[in-house]
Amino acid sequence: MRRKPIVIPSDPAAVTAAVVMRLYVVSGAPNSVQALANLEAICQRQLKGSYQLEVVDVLEQPLRALADGVIVTPSLIKLSPPPAAQIVGNLSDKSKVQRALGLEEKIV
Amino acid sequence: MNEMKRSAPQPLSKRATGIEGFDALSGGGLPRNRTTLVMGGPGSGKTVFSLQVLVNAARQRDEAGIFVAFEERSHQVMANAATFDWGLPALAEDQIYILDAHLSPTIVQSGEFDLSGILAILKAKQEAMNAEWIVFDGIDVLLTLLRDPILEMREIYRIRDWLADNELTAIITAKMDSQASAVANYGFMQFMVDCVIRFNRRLEYGVPAHRLQVTKYRGSDFASGEFPLSFGISGIEVAPPEPPEIIHEASTERVSAGFERFDIMLGGGLFRGSSTLITGAPGTSKTTLIGKFAEAACQRGEHTLFVSFDEGADQITRNLSSVGIDLNTHIQSGLLRMYSGRTEAHSAEEHLIKLRTLIREHQPRCMVIDPLSAMAKAGGIGAARAVANRLIHMMKDKKITVVISALIEGNDPQMEATDLQISTIADTWIHLSYLVRSGERNRALTIVKSRGTWHSNQVRELVLSEAGPMLTDVYSAGGEVLMGTLRWEKEAEESARQKQRQAEFEHKQRDLEFAEADTQARIKALQLDLQRQQAELALYTLAGEARILSSSERENALRRIRGADLSTRMESAATSLTPRETS
Repeated sequence: MRRKPIVIPSDPAAVTAAVVMRLYVVSGAPNSVQALANLEAICQRQLKGSYQLEVVDVLEQPLRALADGVIVTPSLIKLSPPPAAQIVGNLSDKSKVQRALGLEEKIV
Repeated sequence: MNEMKRSAPQPLSKRATGIEGFDALSGGGLPRNRTTLVMGGPGSGKTVFSLQVLVNAARQRDEAGIFVAFEERSHQVMANAATFDWGLPALAEDQIYILDAHLSPTIVQSGEFDLSGILAILKAKQEAMNAEWIVFDGIDVLLTLLRDPILEMREIYRIRDWLADNELTAIITAKMDSQASAVANYGFMQFMVDCVIRFNRRLEYGVPAHRLQVTKYRGSDFASGEFPLSFGISGIEVAPPEPPEIIHEASTERVSAGFERFDIMLGGGLFRGSSTLITGAPGTSKTTLIGKFAEAACQRGEHTLFVSFDEGADQITRNLSSVGIDLNTHIQSGLLRMYSGRTEAHSAEEHLIKLRTLIREHQPRCMVIDPLSAMAKAGGIGAARAVANRLIHMMKDKKITVVISALIEGNDPQMEATDLQISTIADTWIHLSYLVRSGERNRALTIVKSRGTWHSNQVRELVLSEAGPMLTDVYSAGGEVLMGTLRWEKEAEESARQKQRQAEFEHKQRDLEFAEADTQARIKALQLDLQRQQAELALYTLAGEARILSSSERENALRRIRGADLSTRMESAATSLTPRETS
């Protein structure tokens, strides 16, 4: 994983409902790799691209993680829409992630 | 990590914790750049110990440290630390960083996580502040969220490797139940780390007793017993191990025991650095004697520590001022330090630790404890005895002249031995008792023993007045000791009798003088008489001789006339009448 934040451009039609997230990872750590993969899968399937995700490597920006109250990695922070939420772990429990991101109504 | 230099083995380098007793028992502190595990039950002092080590390192040696709080919020840590005199808020600006590693309960957990994130943050922080210490407080709180012992172990190894790579002296605290068995999941941590300290809090006779034990210290000696600890204003105080050999210098310098007559009884005062025990029933003036000693010490300009139990310092100074003992002046000048301890709910150990701190702060040359027996009130007699013993030895080590009082219930002379059994180790033992007779209760002072010095073996009456305590002679009459009014009466009586005897003597003297004069006069008269008689006798003798001579001459003349032929016979007859009868 590179230092650069990965911003996936959102669909202009879905801007109002866009979910803004920040994922703190440690590059190369298995849990972090898994978390990114899990998150991307959820987003692709349920948000259809109408989301913004920034991935921050804690090894490179530790003070930023500190400012966000990140203790363990991986940590996902939902910035908007409110309420804000924080999810720790490799996001393998998808239903929990969906619930925390406010996506449960879309579960079929 | 695998390229660690294999240099010649060197003695383990240690970092002082600044906790005196702990540094003593661990031979210098915690292992440098290694990890120490601090285990203990709730409220056993783990967090205080860890934070105190950071505070001491920062304050004493300007070493920066990081405190990672997994259990509490950083502001809670600060609030808890505010009860100590650490000045943590000031230190927290640049020397001690408290990282809030408390996971909010609103956080959702989904799957496994690891600590690489926080370690990266800590690494950044360490470099920024050049930290040398780190504390992981309550790491188990976070790790239990993993719900998998294997994963927990993995994270602990991650921390260990990270610590080894980063040259930090680390303390990890972990909970342990009070049954002295480690929580199963963390048992392996004890094998992993270089030093293990167990904190223990238990109730002994209803009084909480805090203990600390080093159970492991790689590459180092350590005192292996359980050591008592207590919490003071500066944090944890640990009672250090006592050396097995007693090395006390015995001084021959005398210090006053308070007042002159008392010193005389003691053969010149108390030896410097000796310990004196004053025993007695309630109200026998133990405190007064002790106060007098303290006042005398202050008057000599010596730093003095007055420790009282269950009686406020103010009350003591007020009470003592009523018998002419002025302590307030010396308190104000800073020579005298008063400390009043509360004995309920505090164990003897805690008192000992407190006294040790006071001694360190005030550096007294003289010290009094009134009454030491109060220490035994809470926490059991066994512990109190051990503490009393150690206390006396500690003061001897520091050459402090100490006077201790101990309460003895009842007034049986056979029961003079103290509960604390300090009478055997005290150098001088003074016993105060009551004598109740004729509606009076009077105080009597005896010196039971005084090592290495002459001392009076007589009972003295202790009299209190506005001018202070004093000792007076007692009278023994008919096998009984008289005191108080009886003594006073006896004294008056004795004084009257003395006067009478004096008068009688003078009278008798005059009588004798008169008799002598009389006799002399009579001798004179008799002598005159004698002279007269002698003279008379001489006169009479002279007359007698003259008469005898004249009559014998006459007889001779007659014989010659009557028979001339019988001249030969008449020759012999001149001396007797026989020839005249035969003729």
